[in-house]
Amino acid sequence: MQQQTSDSAKVRFSDGSAIVDLPARIDASAEQTLNEAYAEVMNGTTKRILLNFARVDYLSSTGIALIVGVLARSRKDGRPVLAAGLSDHFREIFEITRLADFMRIFPDERAALAG
Amino acid sequence: MLVGRIRRLFGSAESAPRASDVPPAERGRVHDVPPIDIAPSDPILAYLQQTSGPVALDELQLDSAAVRELRKVGVKIVVPLISQGELIGLLNLGPRLSEQEYSSDDRQLLEKLASQAAPAVRVAQLVREQEAEVRARERMEQELRVAQLIQQQFLPKQVPSLEGWEIAAFYRAAQEVGGDFYDFINLPDGTIALVVGDVTGHGVPAALVMATTRSFIRAEAPRGGSPSEVLARANDFLHADIPENMFVTCLYAVLDPRNGRLRFANAGHDLPYVRTAQGLVELRATGMPLGLMSGIQYEESEFTLGLGDMMLLHSDGLAEAHGPDHEMFGFPRVKGIVASKANGEELIAELMRSLQRFTGAEWQQEDDITLVTVSRSPSPAAVRLLGEFQVASEAGNERAVMERVAELVKPLGIDARKVERLKTAVSETAMNAIEHGNELRPERPVSVKVLTGDGKVRIAISDRGGGTEIPEAQTPDLEAKLAGLQKARGWGLFLIKNMVDDMRVTTDDVHHTVELVFDLAKKEAGRAATNER
Repeated sequence: MQQQTSDSAKVRFSDGSAIVDLPARIDASAEQTLNEAYAEVMNGTTKRILLNFARVDYLSSTGIALIVGVLARSRKDGRPVLAAGLSDHFREIFEITRLADFMRIFPDERAALAG
Repeated sequence: MLVGRIRRLFGSAESAPRASDVPPAERGRVHDVPPIDIAPSDPILAYLQQTSGPVALDELQLDSAAVRELRKVGVKIVVPLISQGELIGLLNLGPRLSEQEYSSDDRQLLEKLASQAAPAVRVAQLVREQEAEVRARERMEQELRVAQLIQQQFLPKQVPSLEGWEIAAFYRAAQEVGGDFYDFINLPDGTIALVVGDVTGHGVPAALVMATTRSFIRAEAPRGGSPSEVLARANDFLHADIPENMFVTCLYAVLDPRNGRLRFANAGHDLPYVRTAQGLVELRATGMPLGLMSGIQYEESEFTLGLGDMMLLHSDGLAEAHGPDHEMFGFPRVKGIVASKANGEELIAELMRSLQRFTGAEWQQEDDITLVTVSRSPSPAAVRLLGEFQVASEAGNERAVMERVAELVKPLGIDARKVERLKTAVSETAMNAIEHGNELRPERPVSVKVLTGDGKVRIAISDRGGGTEIPEAQTPDLEAKLAGLQKARGWGLFLIKNMVDDMRVTTDDVHHTVELVFDLAKKEAGRAATNER
């Protein structure tokens, strides 16, 4: 697994899945990097998108709106979105906002790719 | 009733048999019979009630205006339609097509026809009456919905949170919504105005006067002036505009939460009760209801609510509720319950329980019920300031606020899950203050104050966006957002609301303050259990 250091989203591909390693901060400042990551995802022969939250330590309402945007686009393109590595707190936010109803949530990347 | 029905038979084409229906070729001759009103005193009614079968008008010796009218339009024979012994209409016939007299066969046929038609006509009449009733009821229900909407719009969404005080409010609309209202207004000098009022009447008119009164007082209160002056101004304002025979009773009190001092004036409203260690006190101040006549002076009184005292503000919907035997619930009963131990929500629940026992299960609430309790805690509030600071309104500073607040609450040893929720709520609130309240103008600071006491931590975040109210948190429509029908944004307030144990928003002319309250004792159950699907 590739080590992520910079505060931008990184995209990896694995067997039809595009894995997006999200930056530590998902707020207004993450908009550009998320857009770039999504464009990159579109290039591949991606069947599904896995959002990896393992590094995320801050998720604001603006960040939620960005995730909603990614989810909306990929649903339009017919690509399911998975999420992994959510902390308990972010997981609760996913429940409250009902994002959890629209993406399958896994404890970590390995479980997501196996599932 | 009878006249009405007969009139309808003549006047309408849908359900009433027509005189001209017998000889088809003759249609048009007596067809367009104008409605003929038969006065209830017209002797023809009594006559027809007792006859059965066709009556030849030419042979009739009656001094009857209706008979003259009928003859004039060419009616030769009338056949009374009798249903269950009641005259419900007339079948009117013109001359026969052959210009011969009606034979006895004709008459027998008509009699039979009338006896069969009468019940059918009666059914049609009943259906129409019922339809009219349904329409009237629908109109009334629609009006009630409007009244309820107005009422709800103008009642406070939250009660104020004051250190060392507990305020509780209860409002229940009567079936026919009345014009009760209550309000809490933060005044610039740190005091708070408590208002309870009752507009005479019900429905939309009462709700509109209630909304007007409430808005006027809300606008006037912060302009300064004693309670008696505020009521005098409200009275002059209302007197100019209020519909005749309507008026408003209103109690207006200003509480200084720092020392319990209460100044109040009363425009004919039910007296507030205060339970003190020495017993029950009625707060008296005289004055006429608002809107009756202009230029009225209001008496002003003062009372100090001591530690442990509790005050009840109420509307007459409670004390003047009637039991099954028309007995009133009455003020002595209310006082008796106030004198018992209960406080706040508990007292309100006890008052409503007693009322229910008194009125029985079948009771239809006659008038709106409004109850507001103001309780001073028995010991001076042990509130500790954990810290306060300001940040400039620059994008991203919400994170600085979040980190500093997290640092300040560290000594309280709050559980980790709760700290996460607190951090999210604080940063979202600070972001709203920076971006919306202060519009990203760095010279406008966001002030943050962190207090603890009563097993709670309170974080007050103020901006300079006063004057406009912060909208209520709406549940975002995720489906619409995903379908691109709505903007993806709009999660902030909703998120905050779901993170806190309580949230209070206050607005004055200059500031918005959002107070986030977290219960230290309350353990989080943890909403997100396993959710793998």
